[in-house]
Amino acid sequence: MNENLFTSFITPTMVGIPIVLLIIMFPSILFPSPSRLIDNRLVSIQQWLVRLTSKQMLSIHSHKGQTWALMLMSLILFIGSTNLLGLLPHSFTPTTQLSMNLGMAIPLWAGTVATGFRYKTKASLAHFLPQGTPFPLIPMLVIIETISLFIQPVALAVRLTANITAGHLLIHLIGGATLTLTSISTITAFITFTVLVLLTILEFAVALIQAYVFTLLVSLYLHDNT
Amino acid sequence: MKTKLACKNVYLLNFSRNSTDRVTDKVPVKEKKLMDVKLGELPSWILMRDFTPKGIAGAFQRGYYRYYNKYVNVKRGGVAGISMVLAAYVLFNYCRCYKELKHERLRKYH
Repeated sequence: MNENLFTSFITPTMVGIPIVLLIIMFPSILFPSPSRLIDNRLVSIQQWLVRLTSKQMLSIHSHKGQTWALMLMSLILFIGSTNLLGLLPHSFTPTTQLSMNLGMAIPLWAGTVATGFRYKTKASLAHFLPQGTPFPLIPMLVIIETISLFIQPVALAVRLTANITAGHLLIHLIGGATLTLTSISTITAFITFTVLVLLTILEFAVALIQAYVFTLLVSLYLHDNT
Repeated sequence: MKTKLACKNVYLLNFSRNSTDRVTDKVPVKEKKLMDVKLGELPSWILMRDFTPKGIAGAFQRGYYRYYNKYVNVKRGGVAGISMVLAAYVLFNYCRCYKELKHERLRKYH
């Protein structure tokens, strides 16, 4: 049981060849590119969803921030689809790997910070000191604000990793418990099964919410800096 | 001996007027589709396929568009188009992890 619990998180290899790149690229074939004015149902549904999300998410940005629309939309589509595909049985979820989430979070956060420093240097530096702080507290507060700035990408990545990994682990554990309890006491197994169903519904929600939160925070950092 | 036989066959094929001869008998092996290749010609047909990266990419592209145009890119497509892909994905992942999964079969003593 101990060894089995984490085997779903190892890098997938098949007859010795790592196929993790194929699995990361798999969600892209579920989003066909539109070729006409009105396409088939799949493409139309995806277009409607993308328009809904982009309107809601990019309304707070200025013109400069809205140039990031493609990046933010592809980010939310990628994380959402990867998380949802990970809920299928036996599948590998790339977003459980901290390496990949750091690879997404650090460049995006660094991009927003660099944009802020380049175009609005004074305002970006002014973020390190909140308004109305008492004079003796200023050095300590600058240090605290610097730490909180540098912890943003790490928090983004670790939040996504921890949420998805924890959800998968819980599903594994409670599913295993349900199976073992069927031979011991049927009523307890039924209760555990209900818990499993509720947990799966939660995991569907978490998959989408985590994608949304990641993208929203990136856009928030962008808003601060444009 | 072989060339004599080949000449005789080519003669018969070109100048016989049998209604059972198909037009695909006169096409060279390389350009035939799989369903028209005779069983004896199958190894030579497989070896003549394009195994360059461009050829393999072309094969994947043709396969993708064949599936896409049949099941997804239709006027009243349903959930079947995408759910078949997801079912194949689940099956692929099951085959990938079978080695670890076979220890989890339900039995009395592990």
